[in-house]
Amino acid sequence: MNEKARCAAILKNNFQNFLFVLPAVAIFSIFYVYPFLNMIFLSFHEWIGIGPMHFIGLKNYQELMGDHLWWDSIGHAGYITLIALTFQNVLAFALALACDREIRLKRFYRVVFFIPPVLSEVVVGLIWNWILNPEMQNGQHIGLLNHYLYISGFPQLVHNWLGDPKTALTTIAIVNSWKGFGWGFIIMLAGLQTIDKQLYEAARIDGAGWWKSFIHVTIPMMLPVLSVVVILTILGCMQVFVLIIAMVNEGLVNHTDVPVTCIFSAMQNTNRFGYACAEAVIFGIILVSFSFLTKKITDRFKQV
Amino acid sequence: MRKVIWLSSIILMVLAGCTQPAKPGNKIVLWHWMTDRNDTLQQLATEYGKETGIEVSVELFAPSDSYSQKVIAAAQASILPDIYGILDKKTIVADFIQAGFVSNLTQDMEANGGEWKNQLFDKALADKRFEDGNTYGVKPGIYGVPIDVTNEQVLYNKKLLAHAGIARPPQTFDEFMDDSQKLRRVGITPFVSGWGELWLLDCFASNYAFNIMGDQKIFDTYRGKVKYTDPDWIKVFSLFAEMRDKGLFIDGIVTKGNKYAEQDFALERTAFAFNGSWCVDVYHDMNPNLDYGVIPPPPLSNASYPLKIWGSAGSVFVVNASSPNHDKAIAFLKWLTAKEQQIVLAEQTYNLPSNKEALSVVSPVLAEFAKGMEQSTHPNVWPVNENPTVVEAFDRGLQAIIIGEKTPQQVGQDVQMVKDKQTAEANS
Repeated sequence: MNEKARCAAILKNNFQNFLFVLPAVAIFSIFYVYPFLNMIFLSFHEWIGIGPMHFIGLKNYQELMGDHLWWDSIGHAGYITLIALTFQNVLAFALALACDREIRLKRFYRVVFFIPPVLSEVVVGLIWNWILNPEMQNGQHIGLLNHYLYISGFPQLVHNWLGDPKTALTTIAIVNSWKGFGWGFIIMLAGLQTIDKQLYEAARIDGAGWWKSFIHVTIPMMLPVLSVVVILTILGCMQVFVLIIAMVNEGLVNHTDVPVTCIFSAMQNTNRFGYACAEAVIFGIILVSFSFLTKKITDRFKQV
Repeated sequence: MRKVIWLSSIILMVLAGCTQPAKPGNKIVLWHWMTDRNDTLQQLATEYGKETGIEVSVELFAPSDSYSQKVIAAAQASILPDIYGILDKKTIVADFIQAGFVSNLTQDMEANGGEWKNQLFDKALADKRFEDGNTYGVKPGIYGVPIDVTNEQVLYNKKLLAHAGIARPPQTFDEFMDDSQKLRRVGITPFVSGWGELWLLDCFASNYAFNIMGDQKIFDTYRGKVKYTDPDWIKVFSLFAEMRDKGLFIDGIVTKGNKYAEQDFALERTAFAFNGSWCVDVYHDMNPNLDYGVIPPPPLSNASYPLKIWGSAGSVFVVNASSPNHDKAIAFLKWLTAKEQQIVLAEQTYNLPSNKEALSVVSPVLAEFAKGMEQSTHPNVWPVNENPTVVEAFDRGLQAIIIGEKTPQQVGQDVQMVKDKQTAEANS
């Protein structure tokens, strides 16, 4: 076979391979790459969603840097994430540890703990709106929480949980954790079940108690899983949106704004598509940075 | 290899097919967002098909926020249907018109001595009408067909008012406050509205702004000639502080969606509600025995100007200017707004018909709403509108007053700061 024929065969072979992946590449490019690049392109423009676009360079980004409501919203999402990383994940880990042991009704608990995550966020919002309802009718509290606080002898704790700036965001963060802990629970339980029981056996023979086994066997073996859970929690909680809309509609002044509600509002209420895209780009960079940082930190822990 | 080529070709054809322009035919496509009117629209479309042989495909996309996004996306891709609605500010409607997505219907409206136009409420037509010399630069004309009209007023529960010893609904703002305290004394929550949806809060505030300073001063504020720190605007903000202090509002009013607010009023948890005329249908479904009446928001007794309420077309359809079925679409809308079809719509959906001749069949509560059309106004018919970012700051400020976080003066300054920033940006 001469050189020319060999090149033609290689080309033909490569072309065939390329054709096999072409449909996937085309779909990925049309539905992911193009919108992503277009979003970056739009962020340099002033555009109301229709009609001509006006190139304004970095003006949207400059405005965003000085937009304190935007940075407050990042702070709010960070707060919700912090509650999830601590309260939600600690609870999920504790319950996963409990269900990993031989206890009665283990399967029942697994199902129960996994119910909140499979519910839609709108449904969760509706349920909690009912539980947290601050109103009264005929002298009775309509909301379950206030009703039980009242009849349990704690009338001083009865509160408008979602209508008070001091409690609204924390209440949303707790509901978000309630909805989200089931995912962490399932992933951590799966992780716990992959740990070789012989390691615990060896630790026990060496005189380690439950606590020492937990610190020196469970935690190190669970680090890869915990790292995944932490990254998923950060990505999920920073992007919380539907739950907030379902619980407080367009928000309590600006106390419950999070980045995605700001992006939505810029598009829907003020028709500033370019600004919304600039917000989305900055938010994307923040999320990627957080994920990268988390990965670095957990990698360092693994090495230790 | 051949299979791969076939598969790729099919995918390309499918993708290309997504943007194929519609062809003329005996079928017209209508996109709407009204879940409560879908069955009736489907029924009317079927009847129209039987009468004329033209198939009308009525396609529902709800909720309205998603519908709006869909329409904007369809406009960008030039795949709008023959008939659709634009649920957005007038400036966006103007952009749709200038982009060639909306037909000018003036000729059809004016034909036969204005036969079609004269049947419809003029204020409803004004929603999508552009006058000579409009600031949007749109060719003057009528660009939309209203299928119903709506306005927002105060509803009162007759039984709860009687329970508190209130003989008649309040006629002035002071009476409104007095009644609110009487209701509180007997354990009844006075007032609810879905102010978690900011436009409804904006609408209520706007009613009193007209009452306190009149339309010219409001428009001058939008033009930047009057500041939000002006005593008249502070008076508007102060009304909300007064309503808060007198215990008018239900707990959590600023985060309440209108569906929840409607539930509260329908289940007799509050004596007053601020809502639009569509609520008659909603309350009928929730509590058919609810005994209630309608009044405009009680005006201030010492005000220099008349109180105005928001009222306009409820649902407006436009015709796609580039539709090959353009004339058939107009003919269908003409038929849909004729007296007989409007009666069907009014009877089945409890909405105010856009055809004045169909008003005779509406319920007494709807008739009370209809009276309000005389004193109605709407941002879509104002000569100038406020910048949406300023409107958002204004509404957030009202929320802050209601929850006791800011004073009227602070809110005035905050809104003015946003206004100054927007003006500076517009001028730069």
